[in-house]
Amino acid sequence: MPWNPGSRSSSAARRGPSPLQRTLEEFLRALRASEVPVSPAEAIDAHRAAAQVGYADRVLLKDSLAVTLAKTAEEAARFDACFDTFFDRREFTAPGEPHSGFPAQTDERANPLARMLLEDDAAGLAQAMESAASSAGASEIHTGAQRSLLTRRMLDAMGLRELERLIHSLGTAGGERDAGLAAELAERRLSLFVEARRYIDRQADLFAGQTGRRLRERLLSRRKLTAVEPEDFRAMEGLVRKMAARLAKRYARRRHRAREGRLDVRKTVRRSLGYGGVPFEIVWKRRTLDRPKIVVLCDVSRSVAAAAQFLLLFLYSLNEVVRRLDAFAFSDRLVAINDLLAETTVDDAIDLILARIGFRPTDYGRALADFRAASETSLDRRTTVIILGDGRSNHADPRLDLMRWIADRSRAVVWLNPEPETYWGQGDSKMDAYRRFCHVAKPCNTLEQLERIIEDVLRTYLPR
Amino acid sequence: MARTGDGPNVTRTAGTSLSRLSSVDAIIEGLAGVGYIASRRIATALYMAAHLEKPVLVEGMAGVGKTELALCAAALLDLPLIRLQCYEGLDESKALYEWKYGKQLLYTQILKDHMGASLADAPNLEAAMERLHGVGDLFFSETFLEARPLLTALRQEGGAVLLIDEIDKSDEAFEAFLLEMLSAFQVSIPEIGVIKATTAPMVFLTSNNVRDLGDALKRRCLHLHIPLPDQRLEERIVAARVPGIEARLRKSLVGFVQAVRTLDLRKLPSISETVDWARALVLLHADSLDADLVRETLNLLLKFEQDIVAVEPRIPEFLGRASGP
Repeated sequence: MPWNPGSRSSSAARRGPSPLQRTLEEFLRALRASEVPVSPAEAIDAHRAAAQVGYADRVLLKDSLAVTLAKTAEEAARFDACFDTFFDRREFTAPGEPHSGFPAQTDERANPLARMLLEDDAAGLAQAMESAASSAGASEIHTGAQRSLLTRRMLDAMGLRELERLIHSLGTAGGERDAGLAAELAERRLSLFVEARRYIDRQADLFAGQTGRRLRERLLSRRKLTAVEPEDFRAMEGLVRKMAARLAKRYARRRHRAREGRLDVRKTVRRSLGYGGVPFEIVWKRRTLDRPKIVVLCDVSRSVAAAAQFLLLFLYSLNEVVRRLDAFAFSDRLVAINDLLAETTVDDAIDLILARIGFRPTDYGRALADFRAASETSLDRRTTVIILGDGRSNHADPRLDLMRWIADRSRAVVWLNPEPETYWGQGDSKMDAYRRFCHVAKPCNTLEQLERIIEDVLRTYLPR
Repeated sequence: MARTGDGPNVTRTAGTSLSRLSSVDAIIEGLAGVGYIASRRIATALYMAAHLEKPVLVEGMAGVGKTELALCAAALLDLPLIRLQCYEGLDESKALYEWKYGKQLLYTQILKDHMGASLADAPNLEAAMERLHGVGDLFFSETFLEARPLLTALRQEGGAVLLIDEIDKSDEAFEAFLLEMLSAFQVSIPEIGVIKATTAPMVFLTSNNVRDLGDALKRRCLHLHIPLPDQRLEERIVAARVPGIEARLRKSLVGFVQAVRTLDLRKLPSISETVDWARALVLLHADSLDADLVRETLNLLLKFEQDIVAVEPRIPEFLGRASGP
């Protein structure tokens, strides 16, 4: 009945956690590893829930813990998978028939592992494996590479060395019965290996699977965008969406807060004059905050196209925060790609754009002229212009006058250049000239840099 | 109702009600008795809510029975249902309490007259003040408190079921304001102090995921996601909600809806649409589905023109699938 924190906690502190509680703790750790966050308070709730329903009915336990710990539909799915793997205690599968003529000799009796193997004591073996696993630290596994080592350690803790010595002495003893027994033990030892390996594999799935993925994500976020292999594209896309969701969440909240106002005394007093000085109509100060309007110009020549794809994907995933996004692509001419992006997914759209205007020598001057024609009226003080390109104009006129026009009309110009800063101005690069008109000009060749710059753009618009 | 401090601890939901929540199976049975066919996970959530005294945050598509769950839980427990519909701009004065300003004004008027008489014979100002302090201060007291849904729920002696509907439509400020209420079943009123529930109400919050709820709120709640049901469960729901329907029609109708849900539509039909459709077909005295009947009544199932256009050409195929083995 009611769980009483007062009386329970003191006695629990004296006794220490029960084995079942320790199992639950272990499970919570596995949950955290599979990205279901469990705070200490939630852990207490989980223990309370388990104490309420008990451990006997697995479905009931699973449902109770699920409603206590999983806080979104996605987390619930991850929870289910993790629970099933964690509590998947399969019976040991012994090979062949149970051993029939087992004479009670002290040698084999003395070796508990040999006895359990020969008697097919599945429950005993499972229990021995559990305790060996905890003494070998199987759940501390954090990369797949530790599997062999941990398997070996666990088997040692179960008494494998003694077993091997026994098999050896039986085999060399000479008697027919002893030889047969040795062969049988050797065979059962093999199945023990298989079980131990399966156990460790499961631990690796539970505790190491996600660390591997996280490591991969970190590497991907630092990989050069121009050097991303096609097979990594899916993973990169997932990562971009995740980053965008993180930013969107942070800035959507802030925008909400900024909408509230304070009493506008001046206006209230002025309006009260109509009612004989009674402040009948109260006016609140409203800080009106626009969602930033962003214009993106993407160079889609071969060297920059990959970076352009991720930038567009990033910005489109931010639609909660960005009020309006106008996207243009250019090589020697500039085209608006909003309609295209509205119709298809970003990666399909990129292919179409490349087919239309890609892979031609870039002409920044003409592209800027096209841009001016297209946005003569729409560019205003609330617009941030993001240009993604290497600034290599193939010795054509860079049209710095147009760049100045853009800088004068817009709120900010951000230039992202996939090339490292030392290359700027080298050869046909006009980056040194263009950067004079930019509020921010940064090299941007990894997702990490991209995320940081986008966050800067969002922050300049939104009050703290 | 008890003030905080030396007041008794919050006791759990009244004994008779709790016995109806004694096990998950009892809950499934009890809910079925009041016309709600619950999955095991739904029943478990209810069970944990009662025994751990935590609110339940119910999420899921529109029309899967989130609000209905609260209504049926109230019916099952035989407790009053108190409902708070959230919307943008909802604040304390509409959700928790408001002072009865008119009565307070009248009270001061009466007090003034009364005081004039009783203080008239006071020898000096100090003595008058002394006497004034002796009179109980009723101005800010529970007498003048106009209870709104949250306070009403806390004040129910025998417990209550509180439904905070569409919490995702409220502001973040309101969400933060709810935290005290949800974790300790108490509210703080600056002029009075803390008001604590004698019997913790059973709280349901529903959300359509219009916006992400804060972590603080989520962590105080049990989380229940109600998915769209499978064929068997949905047939049982239809049977419970539309008693007059024939088994054959019910099977093919639910099968058809299940097939429609495999499409990528703007708004998938949920349980409430299935039930509406079943009711309409019963009213039309239909005993089996045919393509024409489906075409004529499809607007009950699908709410967007483009969805209807997408489903129409595939009606015969879906009907075949629904009446198949």
